[in-house]
Amino acid sequence: MADTRTTGIPSKVTQGSQTKGGIGESTLRPDGILKVTGEFAYSSDMWHEDMLWGQILRSTVAHAEIVSIDTSEALATSGVYAVLTYEDLPTEVKNYGLEIQDTPVLAHGKVRHHGEPVALVAADHPETARRAAAKIKVEYKELPVITDEASATAPDAVLVHENRDDHHSGHVPHPNIVHRQPIIRGDVAKARERADVIVEGEYTFGMQDQAFLGPESGLAVPSEDGGVDLYVATQWLHSDLKQIAPVLGLPEDKVRMTLSGVGGAFGGREDLSMQIHACLLALRTGKPVKIVYNRFESFFGHVHRHPAKLYYEHGATKDGKLTHMKCKIVLDGGAYASASPAVVGNASSLSVGPYVIDDVDIEAIALYSNNPPCGAMRGFGAVQACFAYEAQMDKLADKLGMDRVEFRRLNAMEQGTIMPTGQPVDSPAPVAELLRRIKAMPLPPERQWESSEGADVRQLPGGLSNTTHGEGVVRGVGYAVGIKNVGFSEGFDDYSTAKVRMEVIAGEPVATVHTAMAEVGQGGVTVHAQIARTELGVHQVTIHPADTQVGSAGSTSASRQTYVTGGAVKNACELVREKVLEIGRRKMGTYHPAWATAELLLEGGKVVTDGGEVLADIVDVLEDEVVELEEEWRHRPTEAFDLTTGQGNGHVQYSFAAHRAVVEVDTELGLVKVIELACAQDVGKALNPLSVIGQIQGGTTQGLGVAVMEEIIVDPKTAKVRNPSFTDYLIPTILDTPTIPVDVLELADQHAPYGLRGIGEAPTLSSTPAVLAAIRNATGLELNKTPVRPEHLTGS
Amino acid sequence: MRVNFTVNGRKQEADDVWEGESLLYVLRERMGLPGSKNACEQGECGSCTVRLDGVPVCSCLVAAGQVEGREVVTVEGLADFAKNRSCGGHEGGACGTSLQEAQGWSAKGTDSQTGEGGISPHATLAPIQQAFIDAGAVQCGFCTPGLLVASDELLERNPNPSDADIREALSGNLCRCTGYEKIMDAVRLAAARQSEPEGV
Amino acid sequence: MDFLRPASWEEALAAKAEHPTAVPIAGGTDVMVEINFDHRRPEYLLDLNRIGDLGEWEVGEKTVRLGASVPYTKIMEHLRGELPGLALASHTVASPQIRNRGGVGGNLGTASPAGDAHPALLSSGCEVEVESAARGVRMIPIDEFYLGVKRNALQADELIRAVHLPKADGPQQFSKVGTRNAMVIAVCAFGIALHPETRTVRTGIGSAAPTPVRAKEAEAFLAAALEEGGFWENGKIITPSVAKQFADLCSAACNPIDDVRGTASYRRHAVGIMARRTLGWAWESYRGQSARTEGVA
Repeated sequence: MADTRTTGIPSKVTQGSQTKGGIGESTLRPDGILKVTGEFAYSSDMWHEDMLWGQILRSTVAHAEIVSIDTSEALATSGVYAVLTYEDLPTEVKNYGLEIQDTPVLAHGKVRHHGEPVALVAADHPETARRAAAKIKVEYKELPVITDEASATAPDAVLVHENRDDHHSGHVPHPNIVHRQPIIRGDVAKARERADVIVEGEYTFGMQDQAFLGPESGLAVPSEDGGVDLYVATQWLHSDLKQIAPVLGLPEDKVRMTLSGVGGAFGGREDLSMQIHACLLALRTGKPVKIVYNRFESFFGHVHRHPAKLYYEHGATKDGKLTHMKCKIVLDGGAYASASPAVVGNASSLSVGPYVIDDVDIEAIALYSNNPPCGAMRGFGAVQACFAYEAQMDKLADKLGMDRVEFRRLNAMEQGTIMPTGQPVDSPAPVAELLRRIKAMPLPPERQWESSEGADVRQLPGGLSNTTHGEGVVRGVGYAVGIKNVGFSEGFDDYSTAKVRMEVIAGEPVATVHTAMAEVGQGGVTVHAQIARTELGVHQVTIHPADTQVGSAGSTSASRQTYVTGGAVKNACELVREKVLEIGRRKMGTYHPAWATAELLLEGGKVVTDGGEVLADIVDVLEDEVVELEEEWRHRPTEAFDLTTGQGNGHVQYSFAAHRAVVEVDTELGLVKVIELACAQDVGKALNPLSVIGQIQGGTTQGLGVAVMEEIIVDPKTAKVRNPSFTDYLIPTILDTPTIPVDVLELADQHAPYGLRGIGEAPTLSSTPAVLAAIRNATGLELNKTPVRPEHLTGS
Repeated sequence: MRVNFTVNGRKQEADDVWEGESLLYVLRERMGLPGSKNACEQGECGSCTVRLDGVPVCSCLVAAGQVEGREVVTVEGLADFAKNRSCGGHEGGACGTSLQEAQGWSAKGTDSQTGEGGISPHATLAPIQQAFIDAGAVQCGFCTPGLLVASDELLERNPNPSDADIREALSGNLCRCTGYEKIMDAVRLAAARQSEPEGV
Repeated sequence: MDFLRPASWEEALAAKAEHPTAVPIAGGTDVMVEINFDHRRPEYLLDLNRIGDLGEWEVGEKTVRLGASVPYTKIMEHLRGELPGLALASHTVASPQIRNRGGVGGNLGTASPAGDAHPALLSSGCEVEVESAARGVRMIPIDEFYLGVKRNALQADELIRAVHLPKADGPQQFSKVGTRNAMVIAVCAFGIALHPETRTVRTGIGSAAPTPVRAKEAEAFLAAALEEGGFWENGKIITPSVAKQFADLCSAACNPIDDVRGTASYRRHAVGIMARRTLGWAWESYRGQSARTEGVA
């Protein structure tokens, strides 16, 4: 049992079909059967003979000096194999981090946030490990906590990180600011004079958790060569590897990483969690070590979405044209940098939204504080801004007496618009069309909860809790639209690698696609098989498990994988196809003149001319030959934003979605039921329409969650997390989620593979402000904070 | 302590069980049945849903010692469980009709390119499993086992559920990926296929 | 930790007498969360699943004897007529999976102010049957059961065997506010039972005070107002001012706190709204019933 489970993970999956199954079809997931039968091996399912369980002792306070740590009693516990602290780290590299290596593997001298890892235990049973961890005595001397902009930048503020020397430290106004990005374009003061109406607003966005269902977990197996095999759920194997190997003091080729089943990610697995800890314990004990967080620990074990304060001023002329925009966006990055710099870049460069405004004065900063570390989450940076600018658009339209959707359409950006960064938008930007479509969709019927047997509470605010039978219920409708960048921006060398192999197996041509792309549920593996079928004309495609035996695929984040790793697979397939054709020309070139003259394709297992004439079976071309190659692929390069003006061609591609929310609000109790949340999105090209719709509906629902219920609540006095559980951090149930009709637009981006557009994040942006707008429409309240809580609606 | 119980029709025995272990832990870590998932371990997500003497429960909240002598069905046994049900509950008994039915589902599976034989030892899937694949109700899949067990039990009780019935029955199963729309589709699909006359 | 598996009620009582620190576990929906999250490490777990009669109920002439472990699902399905308030409350408990395991005994044993059954139990005027090996059976009126936050009137050697609830002699309602449409812990909750036979009204409030409480002043006010106006006989619509006063008195009976689930002032406010609405629904139902009765006569 043990061996099959460890070595069989993750299983190779072969996808084949009678139909062509290429791009544009809704082919089904190659891992579907394994996932419905319970056999798909997630990282927490790993098991090994004689394995130990790792346990992490975390800080009980947010900010403190560590006076002493006493592990003796824990070490003396029967069944305990190792107890490790900072002192046991094997090399001089003791920190890690995505961009800034400021995160200690284990706390040294100081803890900077609630739940920071302090010590590790390995034992023969999870309960033994927990009991031993509880016996470790840590003495803390508490320090004052930094929890917001005021406390972070006060003259006497305690520095979260002393002696910063990272590449942002030189340009930030205060050491407790991770990164600052201003964007200045045009002349706001002058443009302001043209404004007939001015609208200001202050908005607060709460801290959201990714709340992926599969907890952080993995298995580290020490190997005979002194290295370690790590099976783990992550978004980016190679980024992990770069951070893990130096801490272990091992060359990268001795840390062999394999992606195990990933139970969702949404940004929360871009940073390391238990990876180094499991490896340290495995190398120390010489035994396999499994670590599985429970839900409580998971809330401390990954970064969250940055909470934000956003200050906006917009102006418009009386005929509804936007004149200018000023904003300041303060993102709370918490104790460690994680992806904060990128979040600042997105928030600032997308703070205008999908609108044309020539004169802007923008500033975005991320703080260091003693709050939980924040980093990547679906739509990072753009989500917070969208919540604020869309509220502003409604206020402006109302002040002008214009229709809210028409006002947006009047100011909508389009292809050719110059972004505040000076970058021209050089592919379709159908913002006005998306808004038109979303508004044209039929509205759901009123009072659907009424039935012959009385009110069906399941369809009313409050649901099963039986709070209203229609009393106090008011309907509201709201609209929003958003813009998200696709891929890694600001000059990052964003590439992916694909290894594609083609051979004849059992009389049939078979392609094998090997990438390090983390399949986190999004369906990249489905799409890779489709691309291989389209490009190589095969039915059978094997998707090799993702591991570090192939080059980096980059992160499964920023809506980039179908674009970038999809692009890499397409590119590798094209090169393999050329090789196959070369072999064909070598072997059969003399049989038919078309071998030399025509454009040749691989289709349906055959070599065909672009006119459709069959020249040969691939099987006969290849015979025993195997074609295999590995290639890196890059999208066009981007530039860094200028640190004072914010100018620069920083982004690769943009993604647009619009939502219409229909809500029913119990205005007396302040409870909300979202009745429908319709979405229109331009996807460029839907490589797999079923998956595209699944992404849009899933992203939409995460936006709904943050609109009405989701927030990690941190005590401002202690910086301690108050609701680290699924009992008190609520995510939408199936009774909270409405029907989500989706209208998919496909306007090709000529720069992207197949014309596709990254799609995963855009629907998370506009969903939240649409729901807020609908609640405002129902209640007449201003509502400048998300999530909306019942007491915000009742005024009590 | 030692615990004996029946899992998916087979007698199982677990030794050296710590008294605080849950049924979920025993299934996952001692019986090689990790299909039931450990997403919250506080009864808030339904990922660990199993049938305990036929009743859907969160296995994370059942103490291992409480299942002594009882019968558990997990997602790993769902296909067989559904097959037995369709032949009238004769446990392990052969049943011509259901076999045909099962092959029917299997054929549909091939149509929809769910994969090749040999990937999985399962010749057949329960109708609800097939419907989840076909409807696109699976993304990361971590919630899927619990949803399958809960949905299968719903359709056993109520073969033609309304949308509100489906939502109520699945309100204890969180999904973070799909927004639930495709899950609704899957249950509707399974219900519709279930009500199709045989052989169609 | 030791796992005790008594095969009978007598064995269970003996075990509890021998190990007073033993934590009874039935549905496990509270206890196992505490164990999984390392909040509790009892020396003994006392499994009550093997004791069949805890999962059974008997409907008598005047009362229902409800075994402590009868799952909420069964209450919803089988006792809607006899115990409408409790059946409604049962339907709001967590999720179907939890309702399949959890029972009233667990809510009473934990005695959390947020337990969903409490408002219905309080408004029904039930008695809790507890027993010890040493002193035998003791019936505790529900009004005397809740002593403090997660503290009840149980002695260390006692176990909860059943709850004796009067069969409803009039309409009952239950309502609970949570910040989600399903599977949610109460921010606050409210139960009401009309007792036409005694011409009284009873209430129960959850999650708005250190213990589940009744709004006794509100009950007395409403009973007097109904009596005075001849409402029980004439079945007229309750005047808005009476309903408002009742709601205000229910709010006033709360002694809530601010916590992550809601603010104290919201809880007070919401209890008032729920009191007014549930009274309205219950009274409508009473009027409907009395109208039908008159029609027959």
